[in-house]
Amino acid sequence: MKFFRMLGRSIRDAFKSVFRNFSLSLASISCITITLIIVAISILITFNVQNFTKEMEKDLTIVIFLDSNTTEEEVQDIKNKLEKINNVESLTYQSKTAIKEEMRKESDIFNEVMSSWSDEDNPLKDTFQVKVKEVEKIKSTAEKIKRIDKVSTVKYGEGMVDNLIVAFEAAKKVSYGMVIALILVTVFLIINTIKLTIFSRKREISIMRLVGASNFTIKTPFIIEGMILGILGSIIPILIICFGYVALYDYFDGYLYSQMIVLIKPEPFIYMISGIVLVIGIIVGMIGSSTAVRKYLKV
Amino acid sequence: MDLIRVKNVNKQYKNGVTAIYDLTLNIKKGSFAFVIGGSGSGKSTFIKMLYREEKPTSGEIIVGGINVAKLRNNKVYKLRRKLGIVFQDYRLLPKLTVYENVAFTMEALGAKKQETRKKVLRALELVGLKSKIHNYPDQLSGGEQQRVAIARAIVNEPKIMLCDEPTGNLDPERSMEIVKVLEEINKTCGTTILMATHDKEIVNKMQKEVILLKDGRLIKHLEKGGYEE
Repeated sequence: MKFFRMLGRSIRDAFKSVFRNFSLSLASISCITITLIIVAISILITFNVQNFTKEMEKDLTIVIFLDSNTTEEEVQDIKNKLEKINNVESLTYQSKTAIKEEMRKESDIFNEVMSSWSDEDNPLKDTFQVKVKEVEKIKSTAEKIKRIDKVSTVKYGEGMVDNLIVAFEAAKKVSYGMVIALILVTVFLIINTIKLTIFSRKREISIMRLVGASNFTIKTPFIIEGMILGILGSIIPILIICFGYVALYDYFDGYLYSQMIVLIKPEPFIYMISGIVLVIGIIVGMIGSSTAVRKYLKV
Repeated sequence: MDLIRVKNVNKQYKNGVTAIYDLTLNIKKGSFAFVIGGSGSGKSTFIKMLYREEKPTSGEIIVGGINVAKLRNNKVYKLRRKLGIVFQDYRLLPKLTVYENVAFTMEALGAKKQETRKKVLRALELVGLKSKIHNYPDQLSGGEQQRVAIARAIVNEPKIMLCDEPTGNLDPERSMEIVKVLEEINKTCGTTILMATHDKEIVNKMQKEVILLKDGRLIKHLEKGGYEE
């Protein structure tokens, strides 16, 4: 009973003091707002970079050309061997006859040229298309495949793909690093601003201690106040995310520059990001005010 | 019964200054004692150690059954709830009304609204400020502000009141008023009162228990007496 009475009082006091010390609250709120905007934007970018690298990785395939004289049993044998390789996600087989038919459908010229080919003198080759689980290991997987009998050529767009993978990895690391660094900076900035707010209420805290308020009683209103500041500070960043991202998505029609770079669909993506921003705001506000108060709770 | 027991207490500040040398004394329940002495005699340090603002370097202090010297930071509030403390500079919160300033103590302890109201009004009545409950501290005179501070100190019905130069900022007439209020509290509530002062006139007039400190040492401890060095 007493606990809830104290908690209710703490919440009331927290609201009161946000408005009583409005200019200082405003300073904290705008600090939180600005840093959260930057954090939100970098989270948006990070998620999008991750999304489109994943999309591109999905399209990466290893194409295997078999020797022309491969028999059907040997094809089956190669298929079994391929399936045993760890990194192989899935594979599709196309016989040279199937490829020929497909190509004939694609253009009239091909159709004319290829119509004279019989199955025996078909110069095309049987192929496997292999999707891998981990793109980073595509090179070693390709080399393993090369060693299989009757495999004539293995292609996975070597140089380009290797570079792309390195670039993706770097982009991921950089964006993670950015977000973490930004959150740390935010915490630091907000702690300092809130410290300033609480410094002006040193007297209040010392009197509370003097009249016998427990540390819990003293701290709770300040922590709740920090949470309120965090919530108020995240309103504008959340609005910017919701409206800004939707506008951006509509403007670019879901793609950036080319069909290759796909943007994440706004719903439910923006709600998730808003949630993250709100949680960061609340936690940072709490940490900020509790570290600042702790300073005055020692004798 | 001794409410305050001080045994072989020494206090040396971090800068090397020794404020109290080997202090031993007991104060009985219900007494009204003046702690007197000139500047730098250790009065304030002595009072501060009693409410655990300062820790003694060595020795034992027991206040209302609590071993103050061994009290941990996060348990200090248990001691403070048994004490009412009054300062020279009142230490009121300027943004709260008289009523809110006094109610502040009760709220910090988690009291119910009705109980708070009853006790706050009674405390303010005792110090004679019931008519000014909606005023802010800066609308009151110094003497009135100090009376608000006293009301705040007694609202929780403490066993002991510690007053550190409560009349230091007031003219002799107002000072006498404050001391009369304290005497009234001492008589009606049975609160033990310890008041540090260097106001000779008051001490001589009241003829109460006197603890004389000089250069950090106890010189005299009289059951009844005036200000003499």
